[in-house]
Amino acid sequence: MKFLDEYRGRAAVEQLSTTIRRTVTRPWTIMEVCGGQTHTILKSGLQDLLPPEITLVHGPGCPVCVTPIELIDKAVEIALRPGAIFCSFGDMLRVPGSSKSLLDAKAEGGDVRIVYSPLDALKLAGANPGRQVVFFAVGFETTAPANAMALYQAARAGLENFTILVAHVLVPPAIEAILNAPNQRVQAFLAPGHVCTVAGYTEYEPIAQRYHVPIVVTGFEPVDLLEGVWMAVSQLESGRAEVENQYSRAVAREGNRPAQQVVAEVFEVSNRKWRGIGEIPASGLRLREAYRRFDAEERFELAPGGCAESSECISGLVLQGLKKPHECAAFGVKCTPERPLGAPMVSSEGACAAYYLYGRREHARD
Amino acid sequence: MREIDLTCPVPLTAGDRILLAHGGGGKLTNQLIERVFLPAFSNPALEARHDGAVLSAGGCRMAFTTDAYVVRPIVFPGGNIGDLAVNGTVNDLAMCGARPLYLSAAFILEEGLPIATLREVVESMRKAADAAGVDIVTGDTKVVDRGAADQMFITTAGVGVIDEDRAIGPQSVQAGDAVIVSGDLGAHGIAVLSVREGLEFEAPVESDTAPLWTPVEALFQAGIEVHCLRDLTRGGLASALNEIASARGVRIALEEAAIPVREVVKAACEILGLDPLYVANEGRFCAFVPARDAGRAVDVLRSLPVTRGAALVGRVAGDETGIVVLESRIGGTRVVDMLSGEQLPRIC
Repeated sequence: MKFLDEYRGRAAVEQLSTTIRRTVTRPWTIMEVCGGQTHTILKSGLQDLLPPEITLVHGPGCPVCVTPIELIDKAVEIALRPGAIFCSFGDMLRVPGSSKSLLDAKAEGGDVRIVYSPLDALKLAGANPGRQVVFFAVGFETTAPANAMALYQAARAGLENFTILVAHVLVPPAIEAILNAPNQRVQAFLAPGHVCTVAGYTEYEPIAQRYHVPIVVTGFEPVDLLEGVWMAVSQLESGRAEVENQYSRAVAREGNRPAQQVVAEVFEVSNRKWRGIGEIPASGLRLREAYRRFDAEERFELAPGGCAESSECISGLVLQGLKKPHECAAFGVKCTPERPLGAPMVSSEGACAAYYLYGRREHARD
Repeated sequence: MREIDLTCPVPLTAGDRILLAHGGGGKLTNQLIERVFLPAFSNPALEARHDGAVLSAGGCRMAFTTDAYVVRPIVFPGGNIGDLAVNGTVNDLAMCGARPLYLSAAFILEEGLPIATLREVVESMRKAADAAGVDIVTGDTKVVDRGAADQMFITTAGVGVIDEDRAIGPQSVQAGDAVIVSGDLGAHGIAVLSVREGLEFEAPVESDTAPLWTPVEALFQAGIEVHCLRDLTRGGLASALNEIASARGVRIALEEAAIPVREVVKAACEILGLDPLYVANEGRFCAFVPARDAGRAVDVLRSLPVTRGAALVGRVAGDETGIVVLESRIGGTRVVDMLSGEQLPRIC
């Protein structure tokens, strides 16, 4: 496949692996922020090709993992309301809320549907004027423009039976939260390429300066990731701390302006709670006043949720790169993809699921 | 400096209802078999847990199998529910090393179904039966209220005869065996998904649905010592190999670059966030044969139209138990696990 195969070639990968080995002189810890990057690393066995000096830790960039449990509970509550059609991307369905997941709600008779785009949910609303259609607006900067566009169109069409349940989060505040955390050990970041395709990378420049930390905007194929690692290591070895762009075939410094405009039309920055991490100031999006009528929480008059979460799951530490998934006592024992204790075991982008699916070889040999 | 609040999400999941994933062919399906069906029906033929039961009666060894077909939409590029219902059962018999002979067919029809639709499906079944050399010799029809079924469900059962005394199944798999797949993977699953979800690709993807006794028989006739056969339906190659690896307690090592997947299927999987190793096929199987027979087995299969894309994709190593590993294109290795539920399309 064009634009993919050339970034998966064995020769290019081996050459980069050799270059990294030649560049590195001492141990470095690098975080890949996005869950999609984590999965490529595990799925292609990329860690086998890195020198032992380099430790990759896995970041909080999995939208499924960081969506707070209260919002899952609200989604389940809406899905079980008579007459509601609850639409979501597929991987949110298995995420456990405090008592059930959306798949459980579906099994109990809730009308839960997998869609590939919020615009599909919008079409459903047009086709079912007698029913309330709700879309679960989950994700980082990457998914925000399509969700904003759906509401923009809904407003123009005067659709009164379409709302979204907003769970949008932003990457730069999460990187700062990680850098501010006690015991933090990340020395460089591979920033998420897809997020930067939309948002650009100007927001990362003050972070790189303030914390003196290299940030490399990186793609998602093995060659991208190795090149990102090499660029980060080169900066670390020479004492530089800049924002560099490995993913220049998709990312421009200023990002995608029309996408940013539609997001700004519909959303404004707000505080957000991250599952497993807690509230981070100015780390998410909520609907602007003019679009508040499309907020599912208001339409369905949902009570503010709060729920007890127990202490067995260390997903908060995993999402900040402080622990690796297999360092959790419940990993693979009490917590598996069939019966996940925490969201990172569910999503195809979750670090725990990636370790469970692709990485158990090491543990099988223990 | 702000302390990060480390709340940890440990929910209680009820797990007391059937989820769609219980029918996905992965771990939940296996749990259902182990916890509900096996304890109730326990007997040696069932406990072999092969695609069909191998039985002896009146001095004759035969294979017996059944399968229920629910697919939405019932017509898709390259086939319909009728083809599937015949080919699927024929193939389950073939995977036991049995020559398929007779099928039954039971129809559950939804009130309001156009008879023309039923005719179209039945006509496909006749053609598929002719192509596979089987007769549909008995059947049943029930009609349920509108909404109680999705257009139509079909259940077929089949019997076949095992001509020679061959032990085909996971128990015969040996360290050193070659693993062969009979053609490119994932076309059926993507064909159905593309219609269901209204996805269009530059080249239409057609289901691979096909009867597989002819290539299996060709392997036997060529004198190849076939150790195990498995069709790659629900859960795809990954699930089939995991079942065999865990039943036999061996390590199966695959080579990613050798696994045939058509470009358009690869592209669809990339877009949807699916892994072709887990996507369903309806006309593909894997064969375990001794390494010395591997080249010849591939040649035999490639000489037949239905298996012209056959390829050697891996081998059995005895040094680790019940695990499937894959050497990636770039030379890394990873575990290929059994799917825990359905593959869910991802967010971004």
